[in-house]
Amino acid sequence: MALKQTPSQTVGPYFAYGLTPEQYGYDFRSLFGPVLAEPQAPGEHMRLTGRVFDGDGVPVNDAMIEILQADAQGRFIASRAEAAASGFRGFGRCGTGTHAALHYWFDTVKPGAAAVGEAPHIDVIVTMRGILSHAFTRVYFEDEAEANARDPVLAALPAERRATLIARRAAQPGGVVICRFDIRMQGPKETVFFDL
Amino acid sequence: MPAPSPLAPGLTPRDWASHPPYLSPGYKSTTKRGPTRPLVPLARALAARRAPVYGHEDIGALDHDLTRNAAKNGEPLGERIWVTGRVLDEGGRPVANTLVEVWQANAAGRYVHKADQHHAPLDPNFLGAGRCLTDAEGRYRFLTIKPGAYPWGNHPNAWRPNHIHFSLFGEYFASRLVTQMYFPGDPLLAHDPIYQSAPAGARERLISRLKLDSGGEPGFALGFEFDLVLRGAGATPMEA
Repeated sequence: MALKQTPSQTVGPYFAYGLTPEQYGYDFRSLFGPVLAEPQAPGEHMRLTGRVFDGDGVPVNDAMIEILQADAQGRFIASRAEAAASGFRGFGRCGTGTHAALHYWFDTVKPGAAAVGEAPHIDVIVTMRGILSHAFTRVYFEDEAEANARDPVLAALPAERRATLIARRAAQPGGVVICRFDIRMQGPKETVFFDL
Repeated sequence: MPAPSPLAPGLTPRDWASHPPYLSPGYKSTTKRGPTRPLVPLARALAARRAPVYGHEDIGALDHDLTRNAAKNGEPLGERIWVTGRVLDEGGRPVANTLVEVWQANAAGRYVHKADQHHAPLDPNFLGAGRCLTDAEGRYRFLTIKPGAYPWGNHPNAWRPNHIHFSLFGEYFASRLVTQMYFPGDPLLAHDPIYQSAPAGARERLISRLKLDSGGEPGFALGFEFDLVLRGAGATPMEA
C-alpha cells in the first residue's frame, strides 16, 4: 500500500449543526435524516427506534446513529433516480439529543433479505463523544426466527450475545409497527459490534 | 430470488495500527462508552455495500464557503483560511465525487451548538458547518475561518487544540471516516488526549500543512492542506 489510512477521531458533542441540522433546529439543510421511506414506498412500514446506553446504563444524549438497508425486496438503492421513483432512500441519520427520552428513530420499511441465506437486517454505524472510532452493529428482527437461525453472521455468535442484535416488535395503537433496538456500549448485555 | 451480495475484492481492512483504541483512559468519556469486548469479524459481503446515494443537487452553492454560508449582516471575524486537499484510497487513487462534511468552532473557540456553554462570543455571521463533493481528482476545497481553542473539562484547564471536524463516506459503507484536522505547530497537541489517542506514527497524519499558495487571490487567505486516506479497493486484492 502506498498510503496509510487517516486515523479516526471522535465526532465530539457538537456535531448536530453540521451533520443533523434540521433535526436539531439549525438553519442549514440536512443531507440525511430519519425518514428513509415515504408513504408510497412498497413494503411493511415501521419505525425503528431505541436508545443508546453507556457503561453506567445512562442513556446517551449525544450519539449519532446511521443506518443502511435494502428495500422491502432486498435491493440496495443504487441511484437518486431509483430512490425518487420508489420513495425509499436506503440510508438515514438521526441523533439522540432531540427526543424527550433520548430515543433515536427511523421511519422506514422492513428490509427484504439481500442475499441467499442472509436474514433481513439493517446495518448500523454508532458514533458519539467518547467513541474514537465509530462502531458497526446490525439490527435483525424477532419475527424472522427461521431466517435468523440460518444467518451465518448470527450463527457465528455465542447464543447469549445474539439477542443483543434482535429488535423487538411492538404494535402501536394506530397501526404503525415499532421495532425497538437499544444499543448498549458496555456491560453484561453489551451489543455485538463488528470489525468490518 | 435475490443474487448474493457482490463482493469487493481488495477492499482493505480497517487498519487498527492507524486508528485509536476504543478505551483510551486519558480521554475520560471513552471509559464508559467504548465497547469492551473484542469486535466480531464480519463477512466481506457487508464491506462491499456501497455508501449512501446522493448527488450534486444536494449541495448548496455556498455550502463549501463557511465565510458566506451563514452571513447575516457582514463577514465573520477571524483569520480567513482555505482548507484544501485530496481524498485518496490506500493505493493512492482519488476518491471522486464523494461527500466531505465539516464543522468547527468559530474564531473565539465557540460552537454554535446549543450544548456549548463556553463563555466566548458567538459570531452572528458564522455557523461553522460546510460540505462539498470531491472532484474527479479527489480534490475538495473549503473557505473558512481558523477555529479557536476552547476548554473542555476533561482534566484541569484542558483546552482542545484548534481543529476542524471531518466526516466522509468514501465509496463503501465500510470506508466511513469521522476525524479531525489539526494545525501545524499547535503547542496544545502535546497535551490533547484525543489527538494523542491515535497511535504514534499515525496521529501525525491528522496535522494539516501550511500552504501559502492555495490557488486563491494572494493576500486574501492563508491555506492549509489536508489529505485524507480512506479504505478502498486496494492494490492487493484479497483471496476469494
